[in-house]
Amino acid sequence: MSADIPLSAQLINLCASVILLLAFAMLAQRRVMQLINLFALQGLVLCLSTLVVAVTTQQHHLYYSAGLTLALKALLLPWILHRLVRKLYVKWDVESLVNVPTTMLVGVVLVMIAFNVAQPISILSQTISRGTLGIALAVVMLAFLMMITRTKAIPQVVGFLAMENGLFLAATSATYGMPMVVELGIALDVLVGVIILGVFFFQIRDQFDSLDIRHMERLKDN
Amino acid sequence: MSISGFIGQLFAIVLALALAPLLTGWVNQCRAWLQSRSAPPLLQPYYMLHKLFQKDVVLAHNASSLFRTAPFVIFACMLLACAIIPSLSTDLPFAPAADTLALVGVFGLARIFISLAAMDIGTSFGSLGGRREMLVGFLAEPALLMVIFTTAMISQSTSVATIVETLAHRDFIIYPSLAFAGIAFTMVSLAENARVPVDNPATHLELTMIHEAMILEYSGRHLALIEWAASLKLYAYSCLGLALFFPWGIAEKDNFLGLIGAIPLLLGKLAVGGFALALIETVNAKMRIFRAPEFLGTAFLLAVLGLLVRLLLETRV
Repeated sequence: MSADIPLSAQLINLCASVILLLAFAMLAQRRVMQLINLFALQGLVLCLSTLVVAVTTQQHHLYYSAGLTLALKALLLPWILHRLVRKLYVKWDVESLVNVPTTMLVGVVLVMIAFNVAQPISILSQTISRGTLGIALAVVMLAFLMMITRTKAIPQVVGFLAMENGLFLAATSATYGMPMVVELGIALDVLVGVIILGVFFFQIRDQFDSLDIRHMERLKDN
Repeated sequence: MSISGFIGQLFAIVLALALAPLLTGWVNQCRAWLQSRSAPPLLQPYYMLHKLFQKDVVLAHNASSLFRTAPFVIFACMLLACAIIPSLSTDLPFAPAADTLALVGVFGLARIFISLAAMDIGTSFGSLGGRREMLVGFLAEPALLMVIFTTAMISQSTSVATIVETLAHRDFIIYPSLAFAGIAFTMVSLAENARVPVDNPATHLELTMIHEAMILEYSGRHLALIEWAASLKLYAYSCLGLALFFPWGIAEKDNFLGLIGAIPLLLGKLAVGGFALALIETVNAKMRIFRAPEFLGTAFLLAVLGLLVRLLLETRV
């Protein structure tokens, strides 16, 4: 039974479950603005979960990680994305997805696979948050699924960022986070990536009058 | 079977019969307040039942005996459900009659009868309502079962009384799986009780109605029984939700004082739950019928996620 799980581990599990729930909510979300808000919320919960791990294990560098997560994923990136959406006039963009219930069912299958794959790995780990490794893997796979099923550019970028959230959660749960240098590097990469993709958005829209990336399949060298 | 258990059982049934219309009235009143309309009296459902029991039954010429027996079957199913679900005490002599899985079956039986009765006369509205009801039902049932599996895995039993006792006696542990199951259960209850995101109980608009379409042909005491059964269903679902997710204060075996103390607590919990239901109904718009599978699919998904999270996080190997 579960009576021997300490309170901090329970809190971490709760945060991880909420992150998983938000990943599913993002998978089902049709509107761009809400999608970005969900992403910001996921970043916030990720920051909380990292904080709980940091307080429990007294790992100082995790405080910086949590701060970085809050600043970057909960505030800065959503703000940049909001600005992009406003400038591109795609605020009311409603995307027709491939049949939401089907996507969700595929998502559930992915979660099962992720949980089963992560089970033997998490037994090897000695951290307090090892149980959440399966959830982290599931979040990564759900983000993948989101990138595959979406046709518009901005949801794809949000999927990419959500995948980074999943990787961060995996790192925290398996080994109490990556070395600070790596973490800073990834954070900067993501930031620069979003800015460059923002420039791409304008180029794509100028070229095709739409952010639907299916147009790009018809590109030819003439 | 102990005497106190028998008294508790009898008391639970009487209370369910008496309180169910009051709960419906309370929800309607809260809804009216929240929408700044003038509210109907709290006792309106009782007046309604009284009036309907006085009236004669008008039957269509081609109504079969199924049409006439269906209201009694439905009423009996709902009453049995109310008797099994521990609202005041977990010491219920009727409880071994059906565990949670059979309870879902009892709800299913009532659904089959109301749909068959709706199609019996052969009017287009009846068939339409019956078909929609089956659509909603066959999507809601697996989600409800998954919710029940989650709670059954925590307590290692499918008997309602055992589940409630285990959940009420646990140490304070945060179960993310229970949170998932709770949200899923709320969504299923909304669909099953013909509430706003899926169906609107206050409308007779032909394109949107589900439950009302099925009972259009009923009148007099038949209609009264069906309305009462609908109230009992809402009461049963509320009590099931309260028992699974807020089980504190439900009396146990041979605890007569606890039984007395459980009554005001139940009333309080039901009042809060009814208000929450009215709030959900006010802030949501009724969705198109073809969105209902998506809504219930989400409920199923949440319930399955709860089960998976339970397996991954809350069991230590």
